[in-house]
Amino acid sequence: MKTLKNHLGLITSLVIVILIAIAPIVSGNAASREVVFTILRAIVLASSLNILLGYTGYVSFGHIVFFGFGGYVGFYLITAQGQSLWVAMLAGGVVSGLLAYLLGKAILRLRGAYFALATIGVNEAVRAFINNFEPFGGPTGMTMNFSVYQEYGGAMKALEMSFYIMLVLALLVVVLSYVVRTSKFGLGLLAIREDEDAAEVMGVVAPDAKTWAFVLSAIFPGMVGALFFFKNGSVEPLDAFPLHTSIEMIVMVMLGGQGTVLGPILGAAGYQRMRGLLVTSPIFKNIQLAVSGGLLLLIVLFVPAGVIGWARQRWPKLRRVLQ
Amino acid sequence: MMILQVQGVSKNFGGLQALSNVTFDLPEGQILGLIGPNGAGKTTLFNVINGVYTPSEGRVIFRGKDVTGQKTYHMAHAGMARTHQIVKPLNDLTVMENVMVGACFGRESHNLKKARQIAEEVLDFVGLAERAEQLAGSLNVGQKKRLEMARALASHPYLLLLDEVLAGLNPSEIAHMVDIVRRIREQGITIIMIEHVMHAIMNVSDRILVLDYGQQIAEGSPEEISQNPKVIEAYLGDPKLAERLMEGGE
Repeated sequence: MKTLKNHLGLITSLVIVILIAIAPIVSGNAASREVVFTILRAIVLASSLNILLGYTGYVSFGHIVFFGFGGYVGFYLITAQGQSLWVAMLAGGVVSGLLAYLLGKAILRLRGAYFALATIGVNEAVRAFINNFEPFGGPTGMTMNFSVYQEYGGAMKALEMSFYIMLVLALLVVVLSYVVRTSKFGLGLLAIREDEDAAEVMGVVAPDAKTWAFVLSAIFPGMVGALFFFKNGSVEPLDAFPLHTSIEMIVMVMLGGQGTVLGPILGAAGYQRMRGLLVTSPIFKNIQLAVSGGLLLLIVLFVPAGVIGWARQRWPKLRRVLQ
Repeated sequence: MMILQVQGVSKNFGGLQALSNVTFDLPEGQILGLIGPNGAGKTTLFNVINGVYTPSEGRVIFRGKDVTGQKTYHMAHAGMARTHQIVKPLNDLTVMENVMVGACFGRESHNLKKARQIAEEVLDFVGLAERAEQLAGSLNVGQKKRLEMARALASHPYLLLLDEVLAGLNPSEIAHMVDIVRRIREQGITIIMIEHVMHAIMNVSDRILVLDYGQQIAEGSPEEISQNPKVIEAYLGDPKLAERLMEGGE
């Protein structure tokens, strides 16, 4: 009981993810399952980004590169090498982590705005590379033969299975986020976020800590990329590396509360709901990104700590639950 | 045993010679006072000792090992801790978490549980125990200075570099802080302190080193230093000036 109580923040977060996913599980409604699938994907991406943005204080504008890169590698393994989805997801996570490790060594020496600019450059560079890389289909990308789904009991079954895998990934990423937040490693990251020089003077080996934070923030997006494009049935550069999705990820993290475990979950869910309403409305469907931009501006100006951060300040007693 | 040896250290920034040929040895357990007018290079000397800057020339030897050009975190792991003249609290973390960073990542590299225990002791020692769960950003200047001190102490360092921990404090806070410094020394920790509050530093130091324009102009006991004409000149201008003015007046 006592240990449960110590981890109330984790339990709250996991329960909320399950509540978000429960409707289509109960009803079996395929349309609502698709909606929740995108929400869960957003939760994985936002929570991953939060490890870098919220805990370490480094803004990555090109974080979607890990989703796209992992997705491409996974897709290639399934279609060209005949590997299973499991191998593809694992490989997607590993190559994204590896990419982050190498990038981290190169660009994490940059601070603040310079790092943010470099991440945009990386996303564009990887997209340009894939655009010209024939084994990955160049600018037209790759498509999956429908027969691949037979292995998983047909296309319908494969779609349903993808949903449950995404749910598991979302739960795992929340656990990762919580473990990092409450670990000694996480304390070092928070110290870097607050004052990198002071952290180093106290003995935090910032170059290593930042690199590992970057790697951890890249693994799950890579796995999700592999799963997403498996379910999608095709992959092409514009779908894999959409820069605006990177920015939407930042909005989700900021909206819910950067640096908290629960914040990115609520931010992702709330943002996806809003986005769903906007793109189906005749007035807003063409300017929904402008609304996101405006939203980001309002958050930064008025609630920089996000919803959860604000609630934690407002009701300190709730801090154990809202982590 | 010499805990720190600074040998012929110079540092220049472009054309500016911030330190030139500074040399001194520091025996274990002493308090060395570092004084000098503004811009004399005192903080630069700290930055060279704890690895913020690499010296342009010379060597720094800490506990018998050449540590010239090592990073600040290497120095922290080796057992050197410091406070900053301009305080650097981790604003959005609690006072407790701030101090735990020192205990977790410093010389002894404790786990979180042990670090919390040490942080509690240290916060009690500097008189911040009741503020442990407050955010560091909400402390006042005097409390932030004590927080800097607590963070440094939590790593259980061999050598502590204190950069103007008394500046900006009121007289009763100064008395409190001087008492803390004395008690730190009693624990066997060697200290170098930069200070402008003369009566305090003269009282507490075993030896004093005086810098002026990056040059080491005097070194000795507090009594020797207070009578050294070069030191008086650096602080007050020409020592003969007063005499000559008196003579001229007659």
